[in-house]
Amino acid sequence: MGFILLRRLGEMLFVMAGISVLVFLIFFVTPGADPAARIAGRNASPEVLAAVRHDFGFDQPIWVQYLLLMKRLFITGDLTSFVNRGQKVIPSILEALPITFSLLLGAAVLWVVVSILIGVTAAMMRGTWVDKTLMVLGLIGVSMPVFWVGEVANLITQSRYHDTWLFSWVPALGYVPLTQDPWGWFKALVVPWITLAILYIGLYGRVLRASLVEAYQEDFIRTARAKGLSERRILIRHALRTSLVTFVSLFGLDFGALVGGGTLLVEYVFGLQGVGFLTFNAFGNLDLPMIMAAVMYASVFVVGANAVVDILYATLDPRVRTSRA
Amino acid sequence: MTLITEAVAPPAAAAPGRVQVSRGPWATAFRKLRQDKAAMTALGVLVLIVVVCLMAPLYATYVSKTDPFSSNLSGTITVNGEDVAVMQAETEGLGLGTTPIGPTYTGAYFFGADTQGRDVMARLLYGGQNSLLIAGSSTVLTLVLAGLVGIVAGFFGGWVDIVLSRLLDIMWAFPVFLLAISLSIVTISHGLVIGPITISSDSLLLPILIIGLIFIPYVARPIRGQVLQLKRSEFVLAAIGLGVPQRRILVVDILPNVASTLIVFAPLTMALNMITESSLSFLSIGVQSPAASWGTIIEDGQGLLYTRPLVAVLPGIAVVITVVALNVFGDGVRDALDPRAKLRVKD
Repeated sequence: MGFILLRRLGEMLFVMAGISVLVFLIFFVTPGADPAARIAGRNASPEVLAAVRHDFGFDQPIWVQYLLLMKRLFITGDLTSFVNRGQKVIPSILEALPITFSLLLGAAVLWVVVSILIGVTAAMMRGTWVDKTLMVLGLIGVSMPVFWVGEVANLITQSRYHDTWLFSWVPALGYVPLTQDPWGWFKALVVPWITLAILYIGLYGRVLRASLVEAYQEDFIRTARAKGLSERRILIRHALRTSLVTFVSLFGLDFGALVGGGTLLVEYVFGLQGVGFLTFNAFGNLDLPMIMAAVMYASVFVVGANAVVDILYATLDPRVRTSRA
Repeated sequence: MTLITEAVAPPAAAAPGRVQVSRGPWATAFRKLRQDKAAMTALGVLVLIVVVCLMAPLYATYVSKTDPFSSNLSGTITVNGEDVAVMQAETEGLGLGTTPIGPTYTGAYFFGADTQGRDVMARLLYGGQNSLLIAGSSTVLTLVLAGLVGIVAGFFGGWVDIVLSRLLDIMWAFPVFLLAISLSIVTISHGLVIGPITISSDSLLLPILIIGLIFIPYVARPIRGQVLQLKRSEFVLAAIGLGVPQRRILVVDILPNVASTLIVFAPLTMALNMITESSLSFLSIGVQSPAASWGTIIEDGQGLLYTRPLVAVLPGIAVVITVVALNVFGDGVRDALDPRAKLRVKD
């Protein structure tokens, strides 16, 4: 087991190094993407351009630039932004983190609870109109662009129905820190939570129903029935437990991807200045140090989630473990 | 189940005395798909959307008689015999700005105008063309490249496999949306120059290429796995034992199996690509103005959300209908082609 973990760690490091090289190449070597030209402005004279190039170290060999960037990001930790000179990159990301986590945690609780309810209800009542309605709703949830759902939510809660009893409590867009005003934090995030959760409720509800239906065709369910177990116990101890393997691995991957910038569109629509927002602004300014830090931060979560899911999978399903050894 | 009914009741068209030959797997799948009412309805909806969007030039020329690509800030149109300005003076607040005309529900400006005074209905149709074109072409690109990578890696193995798999690992772990955004921002600010080929920054090729590239690992990995599995399957081992050349094994035994997987992936990938395109365009790094796509129209409508909500709401509805139809059709295709789906038929 120790060897597997070590190999896994090596793979993670390799992948992350690969990602950093890829980001670097995209922003430095892609033909036509000259960061100096971008920083110096549209009509900069050749002298200014040369000065900027020298100032930011763009005149050094490409691999020196890469190593310097990596050193300042991971070893000395004093990497500063290209655009707002002096702005330290790592603290900026740490400042944005609570916002992204607040958004994500609430949404995750919502989508796990609701999708399990939906999946189990649909599987238990399969073939009935309840099942069909839930699955159609789930499909629509999966098919809606999240930013558009956010816009429509804003239209309803901020404008059209804001003056009715239903939505008059919804505060103006923006984030309220949890430590300052917990109730305000909650009120500000309810609509973004629902918006972000809809897609995953649809997705997980459908996946869970499908795997429950499949589980109910397995022999061990028949055995459990033959033993005279109650339907409730069969559902919770046998069917649901098997189905949760898929559910948990999906959740791990999605959660990792969302922490790593996947919440960008929701943050953008609701004016929450989280990590996704920060990353998008950095991209827009071609602010390479910020981009590199944000992408490395994001890939830690994505790569980490992948590893955790693999290990969990092996723990939850012994068949995977034996086939790997 | 289907096989039995076929044998018992041969189609009326079958010539008397002719022996019923078992159909090929493709014909069986096609039959199954045609009997799937939901999938066929979804296909009908998709065809309808494509046809309607293709009629955009006709609509703009003969019905609305508006130019959806240039701004019209001082024009007037005639509604119910009265001249109305396309951009109307604001009645709320300071009354300094202008609000575009709302839906007229007649020929010109059926769904009103956007901030540039352009006809929203006509832009919806033209935007649909671009959204469908980008989602469709990038899907073809993804499937072709991913199929190629997956087959080469799985079939030839060795260092080719190691290199390709590691590359896929890196792309897989790169947060997919961030990859799309970084590629889009870099290429859209300056266009893309690859040797003698120059792609200008407002070309539709850019979003097609980018969206086509980013989802390759999601398709190539399962394909590679499938090829590895096929290589160990008994019929391939038998072919190797018989001395069948590698090329023939690849074409006769591997390709048809991989092709069916790719076809299963097609509608679902297109649905994903459609949403990705609209997201990129919404962040104004997809389709570039004055061209339209459903995503760019939603972006145009963002500033008008509280005054003229239809501008942002309608293209979203168009995306949702198209993506739902693609997903339903994709489920049907999967059930028809995937033998495992027989299990699911019972529920």
